[in-house]
Amino acid sequence: MLRLADVSVAYDGISAVRHASLELPDGDVLAVLGPSGCGKSSLLRAVAGLEPLASGQIYVDSRPFSEVPTHRRGFALMFQDGQLFHHLTVARNIGYALRLRRTPGAAARVEELLELVGLEGYGDRLPATLSGGERQRVALARCLAVRPRLLLLDEPLSSLDTGLRQRLAADLRQILTQKRITALMVTHDHEEAFTVADRLAVMRAGEIVQQGPIDEVWRTPIDPETALFLGYARVLEGPAAGIVRDVCVGDSAEPPTQTSRTIPLAVRRSAFRVDADGGLRGRVTAARTTPEQVRLVVEVEGVGEVDAVAPLDQHPAVGEAVRLAVDVTRTAPVGG
Amino acid sequence: MTARRLLTLAGLALGPVLVLAVFFVLPVSGMVGRGFVVDGRFDPGGVVEVLGRPRTHRVLWFTVWSAGLATLASVLLGLPAAYVLYRLSFPGRLVLRALLLVPFVLPTVVVGVAFRLLINDSGPLGPLGLDGTPVAIIAGLTFFNVAVVIRAVGIAWESLDPRPGEAAAALGASPAQVFRTVTLPALRPALVGAASVVFLFCATSFGVVLTLGGLRYSSVETEIYLLTTQLLDLPAAAALSILQLLAITALLLLVGRLRASPDPTVERRTARPRRPRRPDVVPVALTVLVLALVAAPILTLVVGSLRADDAWTLANYQRLTTVGDGNALLVPVTDALVISLRTAVDATWMALLLGGLISVVVSRRSLTGGERRLRGALDGFFMLPLGVSAVTLGFGFLITLDRPPLSLRDSPLLVPVAQALVALPLVVRTLVPVLTGIDDRQRQAAASLGAGPLRAFATVDLPLVWRPLVAAAGFAFAVSLGEFGATSFLARDEHPTLPVVIYQLIGRPGGENFGMALSASVVLAATTAIVVLVVDRFGGRSLGTV
Repeated sequence: MLRLADVSVAYDGISAVRHASLELPDGDVLAVLGPSGCGKSSLLRAVAGLEPLASGQIYVDSRPFSEVPTHRRGFALMFQDGQLFHHLTVARNIGYALRLRRTPGAAARVEELLELVGLEGYGDRLPATLSGGERQRVALARCLAVRPRLLLLDEPLSSLDTGLRQRLAADLRQILTQKRITALMVTHDHEEAFTVADRLAVMRAGEIVQQGPIDEVWRTPIDPETALFLGYARVLEGPAAGIVRDVCVGDSAEPPTQTSRTIPLAVRRSAFRVDADGGLRGRVTAARTTPEQVRLVVEVEGVGEVDAVAPLDQHPAVGEAVRLAVDVTRTAPVGG
Repeated sequence: MTARRLLTLAGLALGPVLVLAVFFVLPVSGMVGRGFVVDGRFDPGGVVEVLGRPRTHRVLWFTVWSAGLATLASVLLGLPAAYVLYRLSFPGRLVLRALLLVPFVLPTVVVGVAFRLLINDSGPLGPLGLDGTPVAIIAGLTFFNVAVVIRAVGIAWESLDPRPGEAAAALGASPAQVFRTVTLPALRPALVGAASVVFLFCATSFGVVLTLGGLRYSSVETEIYLLTTQLLDLPAAAALSILQLLAITALLLLVGRLRASPDPTVERRTARPRRPRRPDVVPVALTVLVLALVAAPILTLVVGSLRADDAWTLANYQRLTTVGDGNALLVPVTDALVISLRTAVDATWMALLLGGLISVVVSRRSLTGGERRLRGALDGFFMLPLGVSAVTLGFGFLITLDRPPLSLRDSPLLVPVAQALVALPLVVRTLVPVLTGIDDRQRQAAASLGAGPLRAFATVDLPLVWRPLVAAAGFAFAVSLGEFGATSFLARDEHPTLPVVIYQLIGRPGGENFGMALSASVVLAATTAIVVLVVDRFGGRSLGTV
């Protein structure tokens, strides 16, 4: 179990991380999600022991760790671009930590890891001959070689193209759960976080603004900025939120009270659906076809512009009047 | 496409090849030819006879082991100092860097004299009884060359990406293991390059061995000098020159093998230097030792320059505007300083131009085997000046460039050209590792965006090479200021450089002249230190704007 208590990190007096507290139970994967420059990489480096703490303490199984040098922490760190050792072959990269510890049976273990990450037969190649995705697989195998007590992932998939990223994210998730590896990942990509992690901490301007199990954070973002960062398309505030909630009442068990009516409401793009029986009226201001659906922007009376979707067989033209239904499962109260 | 590449290659290589042909191949072959041609007939008998002499074997063996030990000492002491001065942040490190370069630019004869002052019976280290022993020679050579290791390795170390090391540390590698398995392999090209240059400097060192070794210990270089100037035994000198050339060619081939690394691409990313921590105690202590080794002879020199008639005085410095006791000189020392600076400026741009072109030619990736072989051959050819002693070069200039069509004896550019050739290997060895470390795809990216080869060079190579280029310029300038072996043959009497003047002063009897020599040495050392300091500052700032 990893616990960060009130951790601060500063560079030359300028603070990069302020009073961060986190908990990560064994076997869980925690994603620290935040825009670039929010201090998430500094936090990761501090956990790895690469940056000194300005204040606070890092505990592993209740033991204070901030004075333990990096190489005695028993962690493993995977960089965005892998940082493979260029002068070593793939097999020697993976076996690096095994050789440090003079582990017997290293060759077999390397074979096993190559198989785990789907790179059988790549052992004798040099990193320069690999693709970006293959390098990250090697980097992952290198990190897993000695079963780290904590795996640190610094934007592990950011340098890859989309298709590869999704596939590798799924593989990563599968490997981490299969081997019950405790991992801390920082990323700016919420899709990546949702695919790989169990828990989520949202970081902004050096501070952790929200954390918890991933679906909980997802259902109740703490503020509008967080909601937008988690992939919600818009946050409706004040009367607009109230009007949208009123439309949902029909589906909802309990009617909202007057105060909860105006709590800001985060909405996904697909929260509004073109529906002849829908409770909202609006006029289409933009429309674009995608392979799965038609994406619209609709000016809704009393609410303003919202994003909406329509099935492919209906293609409302710009300027056309439409009615919208609201899918309550694709909305989330903000700050509630 | 291939034809065009080869044409470009030939075009770039043509200039340096011509310069080397005229100013290197011609003089050296002239000098060597004297040995083989006796009374107008080809007669290699004399040369073969010389190679069989027991003295030749002794000289050769001494050269190899003393240079080897001095190289080892320079690397072992220079490596921790490079780390401390280029990776740690503490006040005054730029000044320290410049100070550690001072020994390298001191005229060799002065280094010898300063060491003598230090270790003779009445000197501070007299009780150790080092005077006239090989230990003194090796200490002198190390004193002289540790700066080469510090600078060449330090600059490579400074711009080494720290992240692979951090990844290794996170995998459980202790600082020592990170150093051995990640840092050292990444530094290997720079380290092997520096060590090979140092070995060559030691093996061809002349002033230090001459003054500290006396008649008992002689290296190939001093032997060539003695045979040429004292015994006028040109066949023997030629034989040794050939031997030196062959041995060093063999060494360079070996170094090329060692230098080859599976993947030369290195991420260049200047890391923020960090504050010293507890594990840094050992390198810091070794750096202090290096400082002491470097400071002791210099301090002895400075103290000596401030003493006259057993009293503290500035008289030795006041006399620098005169021509010395009994008109020892033709021009005052201050004039010689100006001449030295002018010469150094000329030598620096020549060495940079030549070295820059050569570095670009040999560092580009080859597309075909033929192209690779051609580049390899050129690389070897351009490194040849390393293998030939400054004495051979200077003497060769004298005997081949003094008659039409190459009557350059009185050209003011003769001395700078010779000095540029001496500095050339250093410039090339500083630039090539950086250029080969640049990912070729960056140049391709620039080309694909519409940049021509020149523009691509300016966009991709120049920003990364800028700092090593400034460092190389500082190096070349410093080498030129201190160059003595070739200059002593070539400088005209009324246009002497400062080291030549110092040597003349040492050779003239009279305590006042010796005092003047010491103060002139201090002035030379201080000038060099200031130049290097300015270059360091300039280089540092220019990197910030890139």
